[in-house]
Amino acid sequence: MTIFDIMGPIMVGPSSSHTAGAVRIGLLARHLLGVQPLAADILLHGSFAATGAGHGTDRAIVAGLLGMQPDHPDIPRSFQLAKEAGMDVYIHTGELRNAHPNTAYLVLTHPSGRTTTLSASSLGGGRVQVNAIDGLAATFNGELPTLVVRNVDRPGMLFEVSAALYQHGANIASMQLHRDRRGGLAVMVIECDQPLSEELRRDIANLDGVARCTYLNMNEEA
Amino acid sequence: MAFGSVQAILDAAANEPLWQAVLDDDCRDRGVSQQDSLAKMNTLWAAMQRSTREYDPDRRSTCGLSGGQAAKMAAAKGTIAGPFIQEVISTALMVGEHNACMGRIVAAPTAGASGVMPAVLLPLQKRDNLSDELMVQCLYVAAGFGQVIASRASISGAEGGCQAEVGSASGMAAAALVHARGGTPAEMAAACGMALQNILGLVCDPVAGLVEIPCIKRNVMGAVNAIAAADMAMAGLNAGIPCDEVIDAMAAVGKSLPSALRETGEGGLAATPTGRKIAERL
Ligand code: SF4
Repeated sequence: MTIFDIMGPIMVGPSSSHTAGAVRIGLLARHLLGVQPLAADILLHGSFAATGAGHGTDRAIVAGLLGMQPDHPDIPRSFQLAKEAGMDVYIHTGELRNAHPNTAYLVLTHPSGRTTTLSASSLGGGRVQVNAIDGLAATFNGELPTLVVRNVDRPGMLFEVSAALYQHGANIASMQLHRDRRGGLAVMVIECDQPLSEELRRDIANLDGVARCTYLNMNEEA
Repeated sequence: MAFGSVQAILDAAANEPLWQAVLDDDCRDRGVSQQDSLAKMNTLWAAMQRSTREYDPDRRSTCGLSGGQAAKMAAAKGTIAGPFIQEVISTALMVGEHNACMGRIVAAPTAGASGVMPAVLLPLQKRDNLSDELMVQCLYVAAGFGQVIASRASISGAEGGCQAEVGSASGMAAAALVHARGGTPAEMAAACGMALQNILGLVCDPVAGLVEIPCIKRNVMGAVNAIAAADMAMAGLNAGIPCDEVIDAMAAVGKSLPSALRETGEGGLAATPTGRKIAERL
């Protein structure tokens, strides 16, 4: 814990977990999609549902989807700004099974028409964690450049992806594997120490058996 | 490496000013230059100043429970506290309300307790004509003590009750004030320890789960308590229990608090008939 975890961050109130963390969830979602969504369907669970309206959790997530940082003074006006930007927003509350108390479930519509779903939680102090993408478990926080690869569960996939990373000189900081069933769809979550080039991402996306390759770098504009 | 005890900070401050020891440690910890660290702390200080300038007495919180009280307090005539403490009180309310109304604040150490540090530093700077440089040093002192509290106890209301939020802020502010007045590291430790002793056991019981009642006014208590503790320490009063032991006691007390009194909005003021009524209405 550094001194700037004690002093700071600069943020729009009232709550680091319910407001600042919620902005970060929206930002993460925007980065994962790569663009501003056309529409966002947001389900708030647990304490997010119970106190979200009072804490501005709903407006905070929308602000993040619009690309605002947690200290952006326009966060309270995000509904209005979303309307002006042509982004449709739907907010609901509900119950998610076995979810952390501060969890949001987002269904985002890409300008191309395809949808992506995302489950993410706010862990306190503004820190957040993604739990699942498109229904498949994937745990990461977006602090490092992250690659999420959806692929067919077959032998050799992991080797081919890590070989591509090696060839491009990318150092892997952590790696997780999840799958829905043997031989079904699998997910690799790879956190790297440095940003990954577009070329490398294309190489991985073109590998036989890779269904989708999503890249997240919170330090770049999206 | 972050400081694990107040004693470790005091040892590090044997050969250089305490704030400088905290700054040096930050540079080692994050691998940054002094300039980078100072620039970051300056940004936080500027944001604290800005939070009071941006305060708008006409703004209300999303649920309508809060807003406008700081202006009323500032305008009050003939207070018992006198002009300086009155300004401390209204500054704490101002930042607390600004936070509740989705304004920009500096979490110190949390958003709920964000009013304490600016409430003690801004009026003092104005009254004594102190430099921004000195105020930034004060933030290093506060952060150093806060780091020890966070590592040995907690700075989260959900974990340790409000003693961990407004309590920590008050202890941090007390140490910072001693630096502002030119006191010694031992006096900073005594001030921090005494401020914490006074708030030990304070529960976290936000009405309707929102950072408004009692949070905003607890910032006032944290600020005034910090001033008293700093004055006591600089008058040479004996704290009785060393600061590290007080922090350990705070950790033990926090652990023994029932969950109803740790930010769940189920106990304390949240569970009063009026508290429940407000929660139902929202
Ligand atoms: S009562 Fe709880 S929510 Fe309010 S300031 Fe204290 S710790 Fe934070």
